This record gives sequence, C-alpha cells and structure tokens, in this order.
Amino acid sequence: MGDRIVVEQLTKRFGEIEAVRGVSFTVGAREVFGFLGPNGAGKTTTIKMLATLLEPTSGRLQIEGLDVVRQRQEVRRIIGLVFQDPTLDDRLTAWENLLFHGMLYGLSQAEIRRRAEPLLEMVGLAERQNSLVRTFSGGMKRRLELVRGLIHTPKVLFLDEPTVGLDPQTRSQLWQHIRELSRHHDTTVFVTTHYMDEAEHCDRTAIMDHGQIVALDTPEHLKQVIGSEEIRLTVRASALSERSRWEAELGQSFSGAGTELLFKTRNAGADVARIVQAVGPAIERIEIKRPTLEDVFLHLTGREIREETVSARDAWREFGRRRMGR
Amino acid sequence: MIALRGIYVIWLRELIRFVREPARIVGMVAQPLLYLILVGNGLAHGFQFRGAGSVNYLAFMFPGIVAMSVLFTSVFSAMSIVWDREFGFLKEVLVSPVPRAAIAIGKALGGTTVAVAQGAVILILSPLVGIALEPGRYLAMLGVLALLALALNGLGILVASRMESMQGFQVVMNFLVMPLFFLSGALYPLRGMPGWLAALMQIDPVTYGVDALRHLVYFRSALLATITQFSLAEDLAVTLGTAALLLVVSTVAFNRTRSA
Repeated sequence: MGDRIVVEQLTKRFGEIEAVRGVSFTVGAREVFGFLGPNGAGKTTTIKMLATLLEPTSGRLQIEGLDVVRQRQEVRRIIGLVFQDPTLDDRLTAWENLLFHGMLYGLSQAEIRRRAEPLLEMVGLAERQNSLVRTFSGGMKRRLELVRGLIHTPKVLFLDEPTVGLDPQTRSQLWQHIRELSRHHDTTVFVTTHYMDEAEHCDRTAIMDHGQIVALDTPEHLKQVIGSEEIRLTVRASALSERSRWEAELGQSFSGAGTELLFKTRNAGADVARIVQAVGPAIERIEIKRPTLEDVFLHLTGREIREETVSARDAWREFGRRRMGR
Repeated sequence: MIALRGIYVIWLRELIRFVREPARIVGMVAQPLLYLILVGNGLAHGFQFRGAGSVNYLAFMFPGIVAMSVLFTSVFSAMSIVWDREFGFLKEVLVSPVPRAAIAIGKALGGTTVAVAQGAVILILSPLVGIALEPGRYLAMLGVLALLALALNGLGILVASRMESMQGFQVVMNFLVMPLFFLSGALYPLRGMPGWLAALMQIDPVTYGVDALRHLVYFRSALLATITQFSLAEDLAVTLGTAALLLVVSTVAFNRTRSA
C-alpha cells in the first residue's frame, strides 16, 4: 500500500467550536500534498493533530501504519515539521541549529555533518553555516528550517504556511527546493497555504473551508471543476464580417462584442490551433485564460479567500515574527 | 538514551547562549553590585543593626545579594520557556522524540549552571565587603547556590508551564520574585521581626538558602549565632527538599503543557 498518511473521520472540537469536522483523506509516498484554505479553515489544527501536537476529538490518524495518538513517540521520529513561525535559535549558528536538531533525534555529529552538507549546498547556505542565524534574512531562515526539518530524514515533512512573509522571488525559490526534495528523498511533503497560486506546485491539493474538505484533486482537475478555459482574441475590425463563417467552421459561436471575441473551451491548447487556422491573418492578438485556483475556491465556497479578524493571539504572533526578523 | 541526549542538548544551548551575550553577563553582575553599593551603603549608614551593633552590614547583606542574583537569573531563565515554546527552539524540541520530562530537566540544569556561574563571579568580589573566602568555603557556597538555583528553576518552570503568554510576566515579577527576595532575609534578619512577617519569611524557601550562605560566610565567627537563624543542616535539608519537590512538580506540570 502506497498510503503514507491515512486520515479517517478526523474531528477536533475546542469547546463549542468544531474546528475540524469529519475530515478523511490519504496521502501517498513522495507526494507533495497541499492543504489550501483561508485562515481559520482548520488547516493548522489538522497539521497539529497529524504532527502529534494536538489530540483529535475523534477519528483515526496513521502515518506509515503507526497510530499518531497511541504511538506518538514513534511517529515523532519519522516526521519533520517546519512551523508557521520561525523556531530557529537566532543566537546560535546555522550549523549549531542543525547539530542540536540532529542530536535530538539521536544522530551522531559525523552523521549530521554528512547529511547537512548536500542540503545546505542545495539551498545555498553552505558558506553561511557558521554565521549566527540572527544575521540571516527571512528567506535564508526559512531555507535553513527546511534543511533542519530534513536532517533526520523524515518520512513526512509538514510545512505549515512556509512562505508567509516572504517576497515572491524567495517564495518561488523555496517551492523549487520543496519539489526537489520530494523528488530526491523518500519524503512526503504536506504543506498548508492560503496562497492560491502555491497550491499549483502540489501533486494534489485539498481545499478546506470551515473545517471540512470541499474538494481534493490535482490542481488541473480542480480547475476543470469550474469547467472551461477561455480563449480571448482580438481581430481586425475589417474582418468582422467573416465572424459567422469562422463560427461555422469551428462549430461553436464566439461571445463578446466588436473586435474582442471570447471562445469557451475545455481544451484551449487544441482549440487555439483550430482558431488560428479558421480566423487566420485577421487575428491581432490571442490569449488563453485558464481558471486559477482562486476561481475554484470562489466557485466551491461562494467566497473569496477571506481575511480573518486579528485575534490577540495573532497580534502577539505578529509581534513575535517581527522580533525574530521575519 | 534519547532522553539524556535531550537533556544535554538543552543544557548546552542554555550555556552557549549565556556565553554569547556579554551584555547579559555584565548586567547580571552589575545589578547586585548596584544593590550592594547603593542600597547596602544607604542602609548601613542610615540605621543601626538591632542586637548586633558591630556587624558590618555590607558583609551581612552580601550573601543575600548573591542569592538575589541566583533568584532573578533562575526564574527568568525558566520563564523564557513561555516565549521559546511559541516562537523558539523549544517548539521544535516539543515535536522531537525527546520526552517532555527531559526537556524540563535540561532546562532546569541549564538555568542552574548559568545562575551558579554568575554567583561564582559575584562571590569573587567578596573581599570588597570584607569577606575573605578560602577555596573550600567558596566551593561550598557554590554548592548551596546550585541547590537554591535548582529549586528556583523548578519554580520558574512550574509557573512557565501554567502561563499562556508573556503578559503575565510583570505579575510574576511583582507578586512572586520580589516578595521571594524581600522575605528571604537578604536585607534584614528574621530575628526580631513581628510574628506575621517572621512567619512569611519562614515560608519563603530562599530564606534557607540565604541562611546557609551566611553560615559559610560567618563560619567559625563569633557572630555566627547572632546572624544565622537555623542550623546549617536545617537550611540544607529545606533547600534540598524544596528543590526536589519543585523539580518533580514542575516536570509533571511541563509534561502537561500545551505544546501548540
């Protein structure tokens, strides 16, 4: 069986509030699995339960066949976690952070060194390994945390909002690393995010809202849920009289008025070729508009990814983040 | 095995952080000196010591000030757990296979080592107040400080385990640390105090640590009987008992701590 994570009917109550309401899914080995949803959807609560930090109210949780609640210590050995908030010790050097982490997992110093070298090389921190972490930028810290999460070669690496507070360039770089890791190590990556575009980096993505999974599929399939892609073209005004001939040839009418025409399709790639053939030199400009996961979320929940009200705890966390220089 | 590793890593980290922050070391040595020079001299010249007119007040106060340094350092070192659990290294340790108990013990040992190291530096200054310590007594005093620090680290970890945020910090400072200091007999002797105050002082575990330190400072001195309140055996027994009790209770409390 390839299922590395099995979640069945997972629920979590905090008093009156049911933060997670009967969630079930499985994640395979080496999969990059995304957990997408607005703040407060229950993503972090779910990840905390999977990572042994919170006990579920009910339901079954397994990682590599181990029961996450009853075999907590064993599970802790095979998982890694990169938190939403930085947890590096900024008064220690990068190497010391890795060393201490590895020691907590019972590794020898030589072994830690051996594993750290290629990882540090990959994320471009090899030269800075003896610098104090407080001198690192936010992106560097995140990359170091990623390396640290992998030192004990976990079967599952949980990344809780790993790119919050990073600039777009650093974000895409980090995603590149995450993809590389899942490819070269036998590691399942489980990542939560509330950035729609990041879910596109995942093999499969679960969309969570109000404590439930409202959709779970590959980003491609998720986008097909809302149906068509759209081809937009601008044609020469002088050729507009030919519109009905093009439509006859394509077997489908355009919508749109004047020189701006819209063509709905399920297979934009192939249809672009047909349109180019039919409309020919009258085309001034042509583009394919693909639905984003943003559209998918809107379609499934009827809402934009909402902004959460700031609780005292969040405010404190924000303060913490700033203090830690992120 | 993994538990011992965990204790070692957490202890080592505490030490490295301490050594890397010279400002903190200077501050922690300067603070007791300020008390000694400003408060000590003020009291010494403003009031007369009842029942023992010939006592050098600064020498009397000195063990109390060393204990104060250990008190502040220990409690605050343990209190850093609250911050660390949410935004720091500790959060990371909590998802590792290291047992919670090992984390609490490592933290207590780390805080104790740091507090004793500071005490060691302050004790070197004892000739300034007219106390001459030979190596034997110096080491014995460090031993007492270690016991006291263990107890106070236990107390700090206990409080930190129950605290959700740093907002309670000032409260702990005002209603726990300062009373522990004032009631410890560091500034004035227990003997001759009104009943209610004497009772409170006898409840304060720091009192026994301070008293033990005075036993060593006034070792074989004619003033010993006047200055100390309990026998050295009593002092050590109470301090050791408090340390053991607080360490156990705080480890249990930390075990239950919310890790999220």
